[in-house]
Amino acid sequence: MELNLMVAGFGGQGVMMIGKLLSQAICDSTDYHVTFYPSYGAQQRGGTANCYVVAADDAVGSPKPSIVDQLIVMNDVSMVKFSPNVKSGGIIFTNSSLVKSGAGREDVTIVPIPVTEIAMELGSLKVLNIVMLGAYIGYTNLIDEDLVLDCILRLLGKKPEFIELNKTAFAKGLAEGRKAKAAHT
Amino acid sequence: MKKVFMKGCEAIAEAAVRAGARFYAGYPITPQNEIPEYMSRRMPQVGGVFLQGESEIASVTMVYGAGAGGTRAMTSSSSVGISLKSEGISYCAGARVPMVYVNMQRGGPGVGTIQAAQQDYFQATRASGNGGFKMIVLAPATVQEAVDMTYRAFDLAERDRNPVLILGDGVLGTIMEPVVLPEMKSDEEVAALKQKNRDWAIVGHSREEKRGFIDPGYWSTDMQEAHCVSLNEMYERWQREDVQVEELYLEDAELVFVAYGTSARIAKSALKLLRAEGHRVGMIRPLTVSPFPAASFDKIDYARCKCVLDIEMSIPAQMIYDVELALRERCAVETCLRSGGNLIERDDVVKKAHEILKGGVER
Repeated sequence: MELNLMVAGFGGQGVMMIGKLLSQAICDSTDYHVTFYPSYGAQQRGGTANCYVVAADDAVGSPKPSIVDQLIVMNDVSMVKFSPNVKSGGIIFTNSSLVKSGAGREDVTIVPIPVTEIAMELGSLKVLNIVMLGAYIGYTNLIDEDLVLDCILRLLGKKPEFIELNKTAFAKGLAEGRKAKAAHT
Repeated sequence: MKKVFMKGCEAIAEAAVRAGARFYAGYPITPQNEIPEYMSRRMPQVGGVFLQGESEIASVTMVYGAGAGGTRAMTSSSSVGISLKSEGISYCAGARVPMVYVNMQRGGPGVGTIQAAQQDYFQATRASGNGGFKMIVLAPATVQEAVDMTYRAFDLAERDRNPVLILGDGVLGTIMEPVVLPEMKSDEEVAALKQKNRDWAIVGHSREEKRGFIDPGYWSTDMQEAHCVSLNEMYERWQREDVQVEELYLEDAELVFVAYGTSARIAKSALKLLRAEGHRVGMIRPLTVSPFPAASFDKIDYARCKCVLDIEMSIPAQMIYDVELALRERCAVETCLRSGGNLIERDDVVKKAHEILKGGVER
């Protein structure tokens, strides 16, 4: 097993939390070596944010690989900027509510999920990252959904008013991801 | 053992607390801010002291004071901030005060960039302050190593009554990885550690006892010289007893990588790829960059080995001088370098190795 994932979007979209939750769940539930690398720089609100999750059977080399197997893009700018970094045969998960550009290449699979719209339907834009995480797990089946949900509730459960919302958001994303996977197979 | 998922900086801070550190002073700078941030929360929980000094110089000098008082004390910074701390570090070395500090290296010289680099090798191993003193410099490549090394660093610092440096970089400080934390020393153990320093530290002596006396200088030239001679004996002992290194495939290697820290983990992933292709590549990874593992270079079979590849996130190369001293011209040396906060790419290392193994380099 080797996973190289990059997550990119605007600051404020919960980009880092997607990577953190996923890597935490991998750490908790598997024996894989895993790293979470939040890119840092002279960031500002509304600017770009991105992070990397690398997991492998063996020790992880670079926590910030220049070429990735999978990419999650939450906004259009990130799609344009980072889609060339995806390996041939790789997968790009897009927030299709905001990402209108294509990858400009045929050798990658695009999984469009309208997470901004879904989150708005659920009543809070705040959970758009949880919808995306659900969709990612639903599509890839990388780790057991319950373990990921445990992790979400543990890391984000401090505010009880968001527990149900996060659960719903995750379930909705999961269903969307599975639907997309079924359509691709 | 239970593993937890922790950020490099926070894991180092927790390891220090578990090793008995009860004093931390620092000043903010990226990419090590999570160390003081974590300490500001954690130190009060264990009856320790967290202080944000008004500057790097003030905070390192506070650590000098706390160390002189026999408390396990620590500071941290990044590159340009470490330069400011050099005065206090040299004072600790001069006065034989134990302390542990962390440098999460970033781009340089000057303010440089805030991203990861290995641009401070000379500073760490050659001139961490005035006076030509040396330190044991530990170079972790993973968060687990950073934790284990930090825990041990306090013992080394106290054994030698000398500063010990943990030399990391922005990647190590920022990444989260699974880690098994070391055992927490009890309050009794921490108190006992302090009392063990009673014969030299200023721990509060009675009138009858020989008092502690901390001084970073001498009025007599002969005394200063004797001090330097005794320090030098310690440095020579480290070379015999304290070198730590990871050696891979030196017996059959036609090409040997030398890298430490984040560069080393990337170089190692390149090595695995190359070995899978059937190439005889070996590696020397210093875990202590000071004392440098020179003896490892005697294990290379120079009848086979074409070249040693020095891999660093520094331009110009800095570790290469230690490599060349250890090699004594027994084979060629090439470099694979990045700088400015850019990481070494695995594929760059692989490509360079292919060039060398194809015979692109004259022996």
